Amino acid sequence: MATHTAEPAADGAAAVEHLTTEDRIWLLRAMLLMRGLEERAMTLYRQGKVPGSFYDGYGQEAVSAGAAFAMGPEDGLCILHRDLAAHLIRGVTPARILAQYMGRATGITGGRDGNVHFGDRNLGCVGMVSMLPDMMLVATGMAMAFKLRGERRCALTWFGDGSTSRGDFHEAMNWAGVQRLPVIFVLENNQYAYSTPVDKQYAVDPVERAAAYGFVGVTVDGNDAEAMFEATRAARERALAGDGPTLIEAVTMRMHGHAAHDDMKYVPKEQVEQWRKRDPIERQEARLRSLGVDVEALRAEVKATIDAAADEALAAPMPDPGSVLDGVFCEGEAEPLGSGNAPWSGFATSDEAVV
Amino acid sequence: MPTLTYLQAISAALRDELRADERVLLMGEDIGVFGGAFKVTDGFVDEFGTDRVMDTPLAESGIIGTAIGAAVVGMRPVCEMQFSDFISCGFDQLVNVAGKMHYRQGLAVPITVRLPSGGGFSGGPFHSQNPEAWFMHAPGIKVVAPSTAEDAKGLLHSAIHDSNPVCFMEHKHLYRRVKGEVPSGVFETPFTARVARPGSDLAVIAYGAMVPVALEATEDVDGASIEVLDLRSLVPLDEEAILDSVARCSKVVIVDEANSTCAAGAQVAALIAEKGFEDLDGPVVRVATPDVPIPFSPPLESAVLPGVERVREACRELLAY
Repeated sequence: MATHTAEPAADGAAAVEHLTTEDRIWLLRAMLLMRGLEERAMTLYRQGKVPGSFYDGYGQEAVSAGAAFAMGPEDGLCILHRDLAAHLIRGVTPARILAQYMGRATGITGGRDGNVHFGDRNLGCVGMVSMLPDMMLVATGMAMAFKLRGERRCALTWFGDGSTSRGDFHEAMNWAGVQRLPVIFVLENNQYAYSTPVDKQYAVDPVERAAAYGFVGVTVDGNDAEAMFEATRAARERALAGDGPTLIEAVTMRMHGHAAHDDMKYVPKEQVEQWRKRDPIERQEARLRSLGVDVEALRAEVKATIDAAADEALAAPMPDPGSVLDGVFCEGEAEPLGSGNAPWSGFATSDEAVV
Repeated sequence: MPTLTYLQAISAALRDELRADERVLLMGEDIGVFGGAFKVTDGFVDEFGTDRVMDTPLAESGIIGTAIGAAVVGMRPVCEMQFSDFISCGFDQLVNVAGKMHYRQGLAVPITVRLPSGGGFSGGPFHSQNPEAWFMHAPGIKVVAPSTAEDAKGLLHSAIHDSNPVCFMEHKHLYRRVKGEVPSGVFETPFTARVARPGSDLAVIAYGAMVPVALEATEDVDGASIEVLDLRSLVPLDEEAILDSVARCSKVVIVDEANSTCAAGAQVAALIAEKGFEDLDGPVVRVATPDVPIPFSPPLESAVLPGVERVREACRELLAY
């Protein structure tokens, strides 16, 4: 049994053989869209157009972009609150995302839930709850069903360093290990759970725990989208081969406060400055520039997309208060999750896109 | 029609569902090879295998959470809590993930959670609870509680066919004490109340194990005509049937085995106060377990659980009002 932990950090360079230039542009586009949309949403929040609070994943874009890019159309994803790029890759449009932030009728939840608490079920995604590691069990259950039915499908979820302290982390890791399920756990270690640093969260790096549950744990540079892709692609390959779960620890840094109100005074300035030099978008841009890609043109395209999305979302209606009691129960037949976009070129050229 | 115990009726429903629908999956602790703590799934692995009658890790949050995941990709999981008390360890998954999913995301979570509940056998504080009201208070979860063998089977079929999370409160004290004729094959019992015995002087409203208690207590109370309404479903609550009983009888005794405060019976009493007040000819009377943990020793336990004498006395007093 291939049980080992804390492999040498997966190297982005190893991803190159699986990524075309178009794929690498896709990764940058997803990250630029995520950052641009979140910046726009922050502006809308300050203008009073986004109710409640606002959470972003500034500096962590590579974690969701790289991991989601490796997932097939029929795979199931539980996406958390600093993982907007995953929604974009699965096919959620920017206008619906901004409408979601603003509580509009055209947002993914139609105003039923806020900010990044959403998942488009038609695109194979389950919306998160605030008790973050809960979704580890939901992903484990999806993987259990895939395995029981003999389907070539895999489940993936993200969660943070704080989640590793909760019981559901243990229950999911143990269950997935016992049943050798095709599930990928992406630990988005951004150094802080709200204000609590990791040295108050755990005594041993949680990637070490994978071995205790009987499966592989790998540490990845979470600020490298291509390294994240490669680690996830390899994990998915293991999962589909029947070799069970993988814990991927994506080491990154939360560059903004927990939410919009949080000035992050508890984080040493040097720590932030050190991580600013490792910006995932700058890194991917440098790669693409060296390949002769017109990064400025891509930035302009993304900005135009966001401008149009903001116009559309701002013109969208608010939900009708008369509908507030609707939909507590499903009155019709239960419809299972649909399929999402899977833009990685590897799916176009293999039978993996087809279950 | 075969005569089955309440427990055999539950087993029969599960067996019929496993045969009829390949999406149905049983999950729980010790339900496979051992056949379950109460032997509800005794012998099932021989027919259906260990994948469909799954011995899970000892992890209630895990059972509910993974059932949710399996359900959203097309399975019909039926989870067994070994004792309903243990659902406290799966509460978050059930209430926050399953219960709110459809309202928030339009994603249905068709799971059934079987909850062997209730006291009367010296189970003590952790094997005797009636936690149904916890879930009545949580939007998005249905709650049913059969009192007869036929309803145990029919309500379980309906729960498994339902597109929503359903808590199936099966009362342990009824498992082998209650028996009756039960139709064979798959049939559905609606989530509505049932008049267990019609009457006109007073109505006793009850569910689960308190239905046979109510029936026995009111067989002859000074010759009065006493109705017994079996709620069967707590969410949805059959308001029409309750208000009809109130209109017919004008006097109402509501019986819960659960702890009194905010119990199902409290909701029924509130409903009657709001919508049935004009039909009342006396105060709404409640009989329930006082707000204490269920004690272990027989004289202590029987001092708190509602029994035939307490219900009869409550009826007698109200009839005299």
